[in-house]
Amino acid sequence: MASAKEMKEVLFGPIFANNPIALQILGICSALAVTSKMENTVVMCLALTFVTAFSNLFISIIRNHIPSSVRIIVQMTIIASLVIVVDQILRAYAYSIAKELSVFVGLIITNCIVMGRAEAFAMKSSPGLSFLDGIGNGLGYSVVLLVVGFIRELFGSGSLFGYQILSLASEGGWYQPIGLLVLPPSAFFIIGGFIWVLRTFRPEQVEPKE
Amino acid sequence: MAKNNETLGKTLTVVIGVCLVCAIIVAGAAVGLKPIQKKNAALDMQRNVLDAAGLLEPTTDVVAVFNDRVETRLVSLETLEFVADVDGANPTEYDPISTAKKPAFSTKLEKKNDVAGIGSREDVTKVYFINDDQGQLETVVMFIRGYGLWGTMYGLLALESDMNTIRGINFYEHSETPGLGGEIQNPQWVESWQGKQIYGEQLVDVKISVTKNAVDAAHDIDALSGATLTSNGVENTFQYWFSAAAYGPLLDKIRQGELTSNG
Repeated sequence: MASAKEMKEVLFGPIFANNPIALQILGICSALAVTSKMENTVVMCLALTFVTAFSNLFISIIRNHIPSSVRIIVQMTIIASLVIVVDQILRAYAYSIAKELSVFVGLIITNCIVMGRAEAFAMKSSPGLSFLDGIGNGLGYSVVLLVVGFIRELFGSGSLFGYQILSLASEGGWYQPIGLLVLPPSAFFIIGGFIWVLRTFRPEQVEPKE
Repeated sequence: MAKNNETLGKTLTVVIGVCLVCAIIVAGAAVGLKPIQKKNAALDMQRNVLDAAGLLEPTTDVVAVFNDRVETRLVSLETLEFVADVDGANPTEYDPISTAKKPAFSTKLEKKNDVAGIGSREDVTKVYFINDDQGQLETVVMFIRGYGLWGTMYGLLALESDMNTIRGINFYEHSETPGLGGEIQNPQWVESWQGKQIYGEQLVDVKISVTKNAVDAAHDIDALSGATLTSNGVENTFQYWFSAAAYGPLLDKIRQGELTSNG
């Protein structure tokens, strides 16, 4: 069994020290698409964390029986099944959000974070540790998405979770929303800024000059 | 250990085993959650109807208002009479859009008549009647659809009791380009439909037009910039559905008060 220190490292490491988006630059696609509203962002984070954690767990359980010639297909089957289950649950219990997230829930299947953790970690580690690694990476992804979502919704629409915080100029208030933030490309700037801030505090993440 | 895994037998066993387990989980989730999903879809359609009719506020209790105000009826487009059910589906369950694909309950359109690009049209349509407090007809909401740039755009159109003036429009499902054709859902554009008239003075020719230079205040809608084909699709949708081949005769009958939800 893994030591407590090791478990802590696996769980919390991916949040800042080894963040899947900021350091590994994985899973950018959905980070752009679903972050215009906090509500959607939170649901997407939960969905991805769930899928990563459980795909890691199941793959780790059967890792000693997976023939290496078909391992990617086996991983994909498990990941895809989990994503379909998540999609079905969302459609049943959060219909309006499921409608807005639409294709991006399905695209968790191709999210590099899920596949990357399955291949790089779950295939070599014990189930418990793999599960924690899945949650950790899900949290790392979530931190970035929540920051991006927070900035985009607050300054793009003047609201948070749908509640109006800044009164909009179009409705007689004082705040002129930044239209760019409503559009997906703005997430690039915010993620870029996030990486900049992170690497200022953790210089070891900066790539050596070529 | 690793070596044993590479045999053909082991590979097949693992792959088939994983597939079986996953299939059972996925099928279980899909079947088990189906009833709740269906309920959600129905609720969403009620919301769309209220939205088109201008009865939807952020705080509206959709189910209560819908049950209180809206009468759902099925009308045959051939006999122009109410029908109680179609193939066993009552007004609430009946789905005109999926029915249009069943040859027994729909009419195939000839290419030259198929202005909106829908292929075939259902024989029985679903109409939502909304009455005012005195029981007088206030609004009628009907299904419309037509081919845009990428796919069929599905909408609901609310008409005032003269069966000519538009109260609201709601394209609730489409696959147009977000930001360009997708702007058919833009609240400002949707609002520009309010008060426009579909027909000219004779109530025969479909006069409404989605055009670049809107001059006729009663019939012209500003086209969406950068989305000419979507705008044309919307206009074609109106050209088809409000022609004599589709809703025209039905609207005449409702206008003359011969078809009311009270009767």
